[in-house]
This record gives sequence, structure tokens and C-alpha cells, in this order.
Amino acid sequence: MAADEPNFPPENRGAAPGAPPWQAMADAPEYKGLLRSKARFVVPMTIFFLVYYFALLVLVGYFPDLMKIKVGPCNLAYVFAFSQFIMSWAVAYAYVRAAARWDKSAAEIVRRFTTR
Amino acid sequence: MFFFLHLAQAAPAPPPKRIALLMFLSFVAATLAITWWSARRSRGASAYFAAGRRITGWQNGLAVAGDYMSAASFLGIAGMIAFSGYDGFMYSVGFLVAYLTVLLIVAEPLRNAGKYTMADLLAYRMSARPVRAMAALSTIVVSTLYMIAQMIGAGELIGLLVPGLPFQTAVIGVGVLMIIYVVFGGMLATTWVQIVKALLLMSGSIFLSVLVMSHFNFSLTTFFDSLRHISYHKGGALVTQNFLDPGLKFGTAVDKWGPLNLISLGLALVFGTAGLPHILVRFYTVPDARTARSSVVWAMALIGVFYIMTTFFGFGAAVILTPDRIASSNMAAPLLAQALGGDLFFAFISAVAFATILAVVAGLTISASTSFAHDFWTNVIHRGTERKAGEEVRVARITAFFVGAVAIFLAINLSKLNVAFLVGLAFAVAASANLPVIVFSIFWKRFNTLGACFGLGAGLLSSIVLIILSPSIMGIDAPTVIAAKRHLIQHAALFPLTNPGIVSIPLGFLGAVIGTLLRREPRAEERFAELSVRANTGLGAEQAVAE
Repeated sequence: MAADEPNFPPENRGAAPGAPPWQAMADAPEYKGLLRSKARFVVPMTIFFLVYYFALLVLVGYFPDLMKIKVGPCNLAYVFAFSQFIMSWAVAYAYVRAAARWDKSAAEIVRRFTTR
Repeated sequence: MFFFLHLAQAAPAPPPKRIALLMFLSFVAATLAITWWSARRSRGASAYFAAGRRITGWQNGLAVAGDYMSAASFLGIAGMIAFSGYDGFMYSVGFLVAYLTVLLIVAEPLRNAGKYTMADLLAYRMSARPVRAMAALSTIVVSTLYMIAQMIGAGELIGLLVPGLPFQTAVIGVGVLMIIYVVFGGMLATTWVQIVKALLLMSGSIFLSVLVMSHFNFSLTTFFDSLRHISYHKGGALVTQNFLDPGLKFGTAVDKWGPLNLISLGLALVFGTAGLPHILVRFYTVPDARTARSSVVWAMALIGVFYIMTTFFGFGAAVILTPDRIASSNMAAPLLAQALGGDLFFAFISAVAFATILAVVAGLTISASTSFAHDFWTNVIHRGTERKAGEEVRVARITAFFVGAVAIFLAINLSKLNVAFLVGLAFAVAASANLPVIVFSIFWKRFNTLGACFGLGAGLLSSIVLIILSPSIMGIDAPTVIAAKRHLIQHAALFPLTNPGIVSIPLGFLGAVIGTLLRREPRAEERFAELSVRANTGLGAEQAVAE
């Protein structure tokens, strides 16, 4: 391993001396709060985008006549497909907003446990 | 028969191949300059494998988008929409939505807890050797499948541009260039080649879309109306079909398994993208998880715009050329460029397609050779220690050479295979083998070595076996069908779906769960706290190398 790289081997070799107190950090209430806050966003959002996406595929596959209904210059099938792009960008935007908050609390936790 | 007649009537004077060749050669010259520059700057393993982790968010976003918008996307989807209308557009939608899985679940933990490969994250808490061996196998299978698809596309394009040039020579040329980028320039060169190509591809697609819309006087109503009645020859008879309505490919009238096939495809796309090794390695080239996140957002912006534009050049090809004038579905986009923008634009789009293939195969080569050198050579064979400084990089360079040679050999020998089916298989393996174990590693404390091996094995095996039993490989053809279109196994298909995802993805997850429950691994559970804190806070993550 090159000398210019910090030695944090991803393999199992036991904790290095002077390693951060991983278990204490994992047990800290702030950390548990961070995980809860992430789960509260990521789990429902993931379910939402999967349901929204597979709704398109199920409707296109099993109810093609419904999807052929004319909407504006095109049809429901294309409008729904196009809305998937908008949905993806919107979810990504919401995620980035939420993640900025998590960055702050993660930095807080790291600071508390590494400068003793 | 009709195809050939039409082509003969429609074909104008031969286009100035020299312009295309000149444009392509200037791209090659630019990329070689990038490689020379990268080789001078790069020192050490982290520079070679991860570009020193100094790529910025927008740069990596372009590179991720570039890796993703392969020839199979650009040429393949344009062709798919040109032949199957709306149903082809389903690929475009899935390709973007898939990035939400990357953004919400995979990108940041991977960057925080890994070093060079996907296996770094998987092997974190477990016995490194079996997990890494399986992960390296899966990575190399996915990369090779993807690479063959790209190389065959390259050969087809070259045949159209320079008719005199033998297919072999063309494929060898592409292979040699990709070996040069990877062996000498490493990840830095590969990333910048990808960035340049992504910019070329975006500008080419924008220009092509504008030309299509100008053909319809920039009226969406005219554009969409013209999609409703497209007449072309099918099996000798003139048919008129509505390309805007669903059903031409996945409809029950075409195949009673069509709708299920569509859902299965969607599963492979949405879960497979986050398991594609050449996409995942890109997140190691940025300084931290935050930049990894912003690079996914950049990539989603670019990829979204690109796949929305497939509406214009895919449907555009269907209306303006009609399937009659597209001899091979991979040529829909270049032929459309020729019809609308003349020979010069045809030359540009062809050169862009070439550049795309070159850049993507280089990205695949580096991900395969990194996995071999880092996972298999250093960690499996030599138990995690380099015997000599710099050995890992040297092994990766030698591997890149061999991977290139094997890809050239396979592309020449399998040149008659359909591009889209190989890419579909790569996604199925990534979704069924890689994603379940990535997700369980991050979120399931009990998950262990046996679970990871069972999950990877079940996903890999079931995708490959189901594809072999599917109508992609098995089927009975009439004696008149030409060799290039015949099924590889002349027997009725034993599995009805071309996309195995709906069965193989649950099997991958199931394998991982069963393997885990068969045994308890206290060490893997103890180390979960460390992995979790690292993944969620970035503490102890690999740092960028100072210049």
C-alpha cells in the first residue's frame, strides 16, 4: 500500500489502535436519531417511486386501452411516462435537501467522538 | 427482401466517409493526449484506480452519465423506438428512474465504506476471500457481457462508414485504443475520455432532436399525430400501425407474456443500475460522499434530458425513415442524422457513436481489471497484502491487456448476436446478484459471509440459466431463417420471459436470506456498528490524494 494513503483496510483485521469508538458512536442517541431521520425519508420515498414507476408498467401492460386515451396532443401512456422524468427529478431534489440536514448532524456526531 | 429493395432505392450517393473518419481520428487524437497527460500526473494505486479521488461533482456526473449512455442506449434505444414505438420508450423511462436507487440507497454508503470496488463494501464485515471471489466473478461477468455488446456495435458502425475495412480490423482498432487508455492512463484518463464523449453525445443528440422537430415545424401536435399512422412493410405486406400507443412490443397481441416481460425488464433496470460495477467504481473517484451525491444529481439531470430526447430521435426515425429504411435497428440514429442533416451530420453522429463505444469499453475494462487486481489478486490470492509496492497496479494493467484481448476475440466471434439482449442480461445479473448483497450489507446486521456467497451465486446462476432457457436463446426457426437470426438452441423455449429479472431478483434476495439464516457469524455482527457508522457519517473514509 502506498505511503500516501491512510491505512483503513476494508478487510477484517481487527480494530487498529487509536480507531474511533465505533460501538459507542453507534449506540449514541444522536446517531440513532440520524438513522431514524434517514429511514423516515428513504423508506417511504423508495416505496413511493417504486409504486409510481411500476404503476406505469402495469397500466401499459395490462390496461393498454386505458392508456390509449387521448390527452392533449398525445395520449395518457406518453404523459404518464413523461411524468416519470419529472417525478425522478423531484425525488432527487427532495433527497438532496434532506441529506444536507443529515450531513450537519453526522458532522456533529463525528466531532463529538473524535475530539476528546 | 423489401428491406434491401428500399434501401437500394433510398440510398443517396455514398457519403464522404473521409469526414467521418477525420472526425473520429481527431477524437482519438484528443483522447490519446488525455491519456498522455493522465499518465504523467498519476502516481500510486489510488491515482490509478480512483483518479486520486479528486474528480469534482459535475465532472463525475458527466462521467457517470457517459458510462451509462452507451452505444446500446444511443443506438439501441433509438432503434427500439423506431421499430417498436412507445414500448421502446419504456427503456428510456426505466434508465432514469433507476438512478433513484443509486441516489437513495447505494452511492453514499459505497463511497464511505469502500476503497476501489463494490466488493470492498460487501467484504467489510465478512470473510474477505469467498465474498471477494464471488463479487469479482460477478463483476467480470457483467462487464464482459456489456463489453461484447458495445464492441459488436462498433463493428457494425465501422462496416457502414468504411465499407472496405474488414470487421476484424475495426474491432481490433477499438480494442487496442481502449487498452491504451486503461493501461497507461488509468481511471483519470478513462474519466476524462468519458467526460469529453458525454459532452459530444449530448450536443449531437440535442442537434438531432432540434432537426427532427424542425421537420415537424416545431409543432408537438404535428409530431405526435404523425406517430399514429406509420406504414411500412412487414413480412411482405404493407401495414399501418400506431407507434404512439403501447403494445407493439410488450402487448398481449404480440406475446401473451408481454406485460410480464415489461415488468420484469423494469425490475432489472431499477435494481440493476445500482449494481453495475462500472457505474459503482465512479463513486470512488470523488473526494467524499457529498460529492458522490451531487454527482448522481448531475448525472440524473443529463441522463433525464438525454432519454427525453430519445422521444425525438427514436420516434423521429420511425416517422421520417419508417422501419423500411432502417436496415439494422442499431443504425436508426445515424441514418436519421443523414436524412435530416446530410452527410456531414451523419459523419458527426457516427463519430460520436464511435467515441461512445470507445469510452464505454474503456470504463468497463478498468472496472473489470480493478476488480481482478484488487479483489482477486491482492485480497483472495495474497490475503490482502501486496508483496511488492505497486504490484496491484501492475496486475491491473496486465489484466486490462488480457480483458481487451478477450473482448476483441469474443466480439469477432459473436458478432451476430443482438446488442440489446446482452445488455439486458448484464442488467439482470447486476440486479439479481449484486444489488441484494449490497443492500443487505448496509442494512442487515445479521447478514454474513454465507449469505453474501449464496446471494451472489443464486443471482448470477439464475439469471444466466433463465436467459439460456428463454426465447432469447431457445426457439424453433423455419429452415429458411438465415444463420444470423437463428436461435442458438433449436428447441421450444423452456422459460417464457426474455427478461429473467422477475424470477432471478427474488432468487438473489432469497439466496442471501437463506445463506444468512443457516449460520451465525458473530464477527460480522460485531463489525456492523463500525460499517454503519462509517457508511452514515463518512468517518474513516478514503481521502483524496493531495496533488
